[in-house]
Amino acid sequence: MPEAELRAATAAPRLTAERLSLGYGARAVVSDLAIAVPTGLMTVIVGPNACGKSTLLRALARLLPPTAGTVQLDGRDLSSYGGKELARELALLPQSPTAPDGMTVADLVARGRYPHQSLLRQWSSRDQEAVDAAMTAADVTALAERPVRELSGGQRQRVWLAMALAQDTDVLLLDEPTTYLDISHQVEVLELARRLRKGGRTVVAVLHELNLAFRYADHLVVMRDGAVVATGDPRTVVTAELVEEVYDLPCRVITDPLSGTPLVLPLAGTGEAR
Amino acid sequence: MTQHASPDAAPRHRTVAFSGLSLRYPARAARSGLLLLLAIAVTTVAGLLIGDYDITVGETLQAAVARGDDPLAIYFVHDVRAPRVLTALVVGAALGMAGSLFQNITGNPLGSPDIIGFTTGAATGALVQIIVVGASTHAVGIGALVGGFLTAAVVLGLACSSGLDGGRLVLVGIGVGAALGALNSLLIVRASLVTAQTAAQWLAGSLNAVLWPRASLVMIAVAVLTVPALLLSRPLGMLALGDDSCAAVGIPVRRIRLGAVLTGVALVSVATAATGPIAFVALAAPQLARRLAAVPTPGLVGSALMGALLVQVSDLVAQRLFAPTELAVGVVTGAVGGLYLVALLAGEWRRNHA
Repeated sequence: MPEAELRAATAAPRLTAERLSLGYGARAVVSDLAIAVPTGLMTVIVGPNACGKSTLLRALARLLPPTAGTVQLDGRDLSSYGGKELARELALLPQSPTAPDGMTVADLVARGRYPHQSLLRQWSSRDQEAVDAAMTAADVTALAERPVRELSGGQRQRVWLAMALAQDTDVLLLDEPTTYLDISHQVEVLELARRLRKGGRTVVAVLHELNLAFRYADHLVVMRDGAVVATGDPRTVVTAELVEEVYDLPCRVITDPLSGTPLVLPLAGTGEAR
Repeated sequence: MTQHASPDAAPRHRTVAFSGLSLRYPARAARSGLLLLLAIAVTTVAGLLIGDYDITVGETLQAAVARGDDPLAIYFVHDVRAPRVLTALVVGAALGMAGSLFQNITGNPLGSPDIIGFTTGAATGALVQIIVVGASTHAVGIGALVGGFLTAAVVLGLACSSGLDGGRLVLVGIGVGAALGALNSLLIVRASLVTAQTAAQWLAGSLNAVLWPRASLVMIAVAVLTVPALLLSRPLGMLALGDDSCAAVGIPVRRIRLGAVLTGVALVSVATAATGPIAFVALAAPQLARRLAAVPTPGLVGSALMGALLVQVSDLVAQRLFAPTELAVGVVTGAVGGLYLVALLAGEWRRNHA
């Protein structure tokens, strides 16, 4: 992807974290972590369960205040942004969100415009354009009048993505957007994420499915036990040693014949001795 | 002024725009609001008209603004019926708004101040004034306010050790409410016969003998509290999407919840201070309004209108059902609301076990 690399090379990272420590109550989850999210690329964070990847994403979205260190957007600490001000720069798709009974797709997507509105300016033509564009991008225009609850898992996820898109931000954070989806819907969501990146957005996603992560990531962040153990282009970063170290999984890594990206093949169940 | 239905994304919503300012609302909610207003207008005139002193509609409307040459008509309509009708409407609106605030905070149709103990707590405050202190009407009102806020502090303190969870708030509130209900009974049992009777009358929730001084006070208090309620209503309507989604679009979730709790407790305490506890209105009005408007979460304005209508209609029934004996309005809302609560619980149970 030469155009993406070009963009990354010319643009400084806008979203960065330094000496970042995170936790819930007394339990520390992440300590002394540094990350710079390359602007205009799709960054994918992977790692075993409870490695702190979703916690990191929540901190990047300011849902979780750091116990130490800082997260900065454009050189400013996130805590110095107003609520709506940050929401105009940065959107988040939370993990398994729920819509109330009877809320339609159009209504839900329109609520993504909240940070652009006020009590006295509740709807403008700009809002309508952004909602229309978001629904077109996420391919949910035909579902506009359907209640969100009645949709399939894949459709629902695209609707929530449309709401985040309607926020009209340069940075988009996706917390496990493909979990609970079957393979075709996973690919659908990731294709949408890639289209958004090609449209100029910076995308950060937490993913579980390694081979899809390697295929769609421009920039890979591998985490274990609350620390970053590797970052970079998945084609250069991913090795069998790395996967075994991070996941405790004996495996072989080959090159995906279709995409040229790494493909992890676990040894278990094959009779391959080690 | 332009008015148009937004064509593609949300034909269910309408937008009214005027020089940079704009208001967006669900089309059906606006229609149901107009319907409620109409019903309120009709029942208000009925409230002014109906009574044992017979006069025509024309004379009534004249007398309502203290005009005309029948001093008795002016006395009954302007001095007696008008403050009663206005108090019914304002107290009903306050209860409806409080119910809508709490149901949005808890995300639960049962999360209403009469279920989660706040109304009972306000009553405890008033009973302490009536029975223990032996106080005047004004002091009873203050007792209800203090009781309402103390109860809210206790319920929130117990329910929110780690963030505000709607389900927990409802359960803790039901428990605290039950304990306070027992305390209220104890207070009455321990009182002398005369004070016990006064207290029991107050507990039934009544608009009998509400005159202008009290009516004006309630109207001012509710008008003031409507301002924060309106400011909170937009972000509150988003809470149903979950805390993370709200935070992601820039809503300070904790501050909004806290502000809504304070406003809701103040509204329900003011209403209770004015008339005694009028049961079930805060529970039923928001959900009835929500269904009428076919919107996903109970809105503030619709709930206020529905609450006003419910109390006004109930008071008409209370006055006329066994005329000339007047029932307390709370008896009527209690009877009808009890049935509603059964239907609501049955519906919730079916939904959860479908």
